Amino acid sequence: MNKIVSSASDAASVQVATANGPVTPAKSKSGAFAHLIYVLRENPVTGIAFAMFGILIFAAIFGPMIVPYDPLATDASSVLQPPSFAHWFGTDNLGRDVFSRVVVATRLDLVISVAAVALSFVIGSFLGAVAGYRGGWTDITLNRVLDTIMAFPLFVLAMGVVAALGNSVANIIYATAIINIPFYARLVRAEVNIRRNAGFTLAAKLSGNSDARILAFHIFPNALPPMMVQVSLNLGWAILNAAGLSFIGLGVRPPTPEWGIMVAEGANFIVSGEWWLALFPGLSLMIAVLTFNLMGDGLRDIVDPRRRT
Amino acid sequence: MAVRGTSVLTRIAQAIPVLFGVIVISFVLTRALPGDPAVQFAGIMATPETIEETRAKLGLDKPLPEQFMVYLGQLFQGDLGQSVSTGRPVLTELASRLPASLELTLSALLLSCLVAVPLGVLAATRPGSWIDQICRLLVTMGVSLPTFFTGVMLIYIFYYLLGVSPSPLGRLDFIYLDPPHVTGFFLIDAALDGDWETWFGALKQLILPAVTLALFTLAPIARMTRAAMLSALSSDYIRTARAAGLGSGRILYGYAFRNALLPVVTTLGMVFSFVLGANVLVEKVFAWPGIGSYAVEALIVSDYAAVQGFVLAMAFLFVFLNLVIDLAYSLIDPRFGTSGK
Repeated sequence: MNKIVSSASDAASVQVATANGPVTPAKSKSGAFAHLIYVLRENPVTGIAFAMFGILIFAAIFGPMIVPYDPLATDASSVLQPPSFAHWFGTDNLGRDVFSRVVVATRLDLVISVAAVALSFVIGSFLGAVAGYRGGWTDITLNRVLDTIMAFPLFVLAMGVVAALGNSVANIIYATAIINIPFYARLVRAEVNIRRNAGFTLAAKLSGNSDARILAFHIFPNALPPMMVQVSLNLGWAILNAAGLSFIGLGVRPPTPEWGIMVAEGANFIVSGEWWLALFPGLSLMIAVLTFNLMGDGLRDIVDPRRRT
Repeated sequence: MAVRGTSVLTRIAQAIPVLFGVIVISFVLTRALPGDPAVQFAGIMATPETIEETRAKLGLDKPLPEQFMVYLGQLFQGDLGQSVSTGRPVLTELASRLPASLELTLSALLLSCLVAVPLGVLAATRPGSWIDQICRLLVTMGVSLPTFFTGVMLIYIFYYLLGVSPSPLGRLDFIYLDPPHVTGFFLIDAALDGDWETWFGALKQLILPAVTLALFTLAPIARMTRAAMLSALSSDYIRTARAAGLGSGRILYGYAFRNALLPVVTTLGMVFSFVLGANVLVEKVFAWPGIGSYAVEALIVSDYAAVQGFVLAMAFLFVFLNLVIDLAYSLIDPRFGTSGK
């Protein structure tokens, strides 16, 4: 979109301007809104994705309050019941209600992925911005380090990190953050690098702004639109990654309700035909990832219409 | 030709610092694993003295930099250490299990290329048609599928409901004998042996895990093929070729596809990394005796030499593959490599 952003020192107005398009904030509001409507009409799937995202957030916040059963309460009298009116998604081998567990798990899965993506966003942005702005050895060193991280199959690296740091939810977050850092760092580095000597940067320098201020308030906001797309796509990937780790027994421990671990537990019963144990958590996982991916694609259409595929 | 030779050498030289970094990271990671390896190696009956003895024997009493140098030296001799849980050298364990993983990974990639590339080409030549819609749907669904969940559901449908596939336990049903070891790939070994019954047995076991992995890799390949074909088809040389009256087949495959191949091959390298990771999950679902399930077992008991060996092997495999892909560029596209980096 607009690469030329006024060197106005007000960071907020810069952000609004970059996110919306035209430079003048007052005018851009309606323009962006019209564009949003246009994109939603062209691709109603994006609208559905945003609605599903709302449902996920709702389940994450209010889930534990609205579920009909305690997700940890066992009931020996109704074990491995198929879905019914009393138990919408059936019960598991300990008589726990699968529906309640699936809904309650939303919070943990979302927290893990959001926390991991936020961490890698912050660290990756910082590293990428500094490397892109300073160039030279800082840049070369960072690139080599990122190359090394990317040289690992990322899931394998995450496995190694969780194993090394210890088996806990916090460490799943760190591991997922570490493997996502290179994507953010590379993106920010590229965006910062092309604006390092842009007119507005030089103007800001001449008016006596410090390097840190220029980087943070003048250059970095330009990288935000593509970053938002990356964040959305990454959230889906982070959920998959975290669920995969708990599927192989790292991180989240039973009896905590979590989608990956529930699929792992359900897998033991699939060969004897109890499909509901694995299907519902797996489906929720899939829907969550799908939501983030569709949202990412939709955001990309809004932010950068040229990259539509 | 000389220029190309130099660029190949440069590319290989560039891989060396990355490999060194990989070794450092895997060393640091595994030294941080919980549990004291000296206690594990010394056994259950160990006294404090024997534990100290084992610690000295393993070199774990030395400072970390020195341990790292020793480790590097061992690595150059192809020694990845001993696995605590099985007592066998890690290298032999990995070598005996690697073919199983590779057979699964490669057949999955082959399968998904066979489906995804034609699908992407068809979708690009008929934008907006039903095949384009199918392609779009598949691409969006494919990236959202958790591999382990797909695997479990495939087992439910094809093993439990339809009963067409064998029980999801390992590479070969116990009624068959393993084919004589030549390459370690059961399909190739059985074919070489002329034992078609075993070949079919191995194929039956392979299909479900391979399809699971293939479904996962379909999306990025189809998406990239479609995008690359679209941009190639809209370029000037295609317009010129059309204006010159070349046949549509010639234009599509001789010109557009060849030019679209480069980004597709790049994506393949990236996909390979995903597959190596997803392999671990799929191997666990299907009890596939590859290096992924070996690593999961080793992780659970904090068997550090085994985990280290696995992470290293995976990273080396991946770096090596990327090297091959980079070198393949210059074969696919003669402009690449000679234009100077």
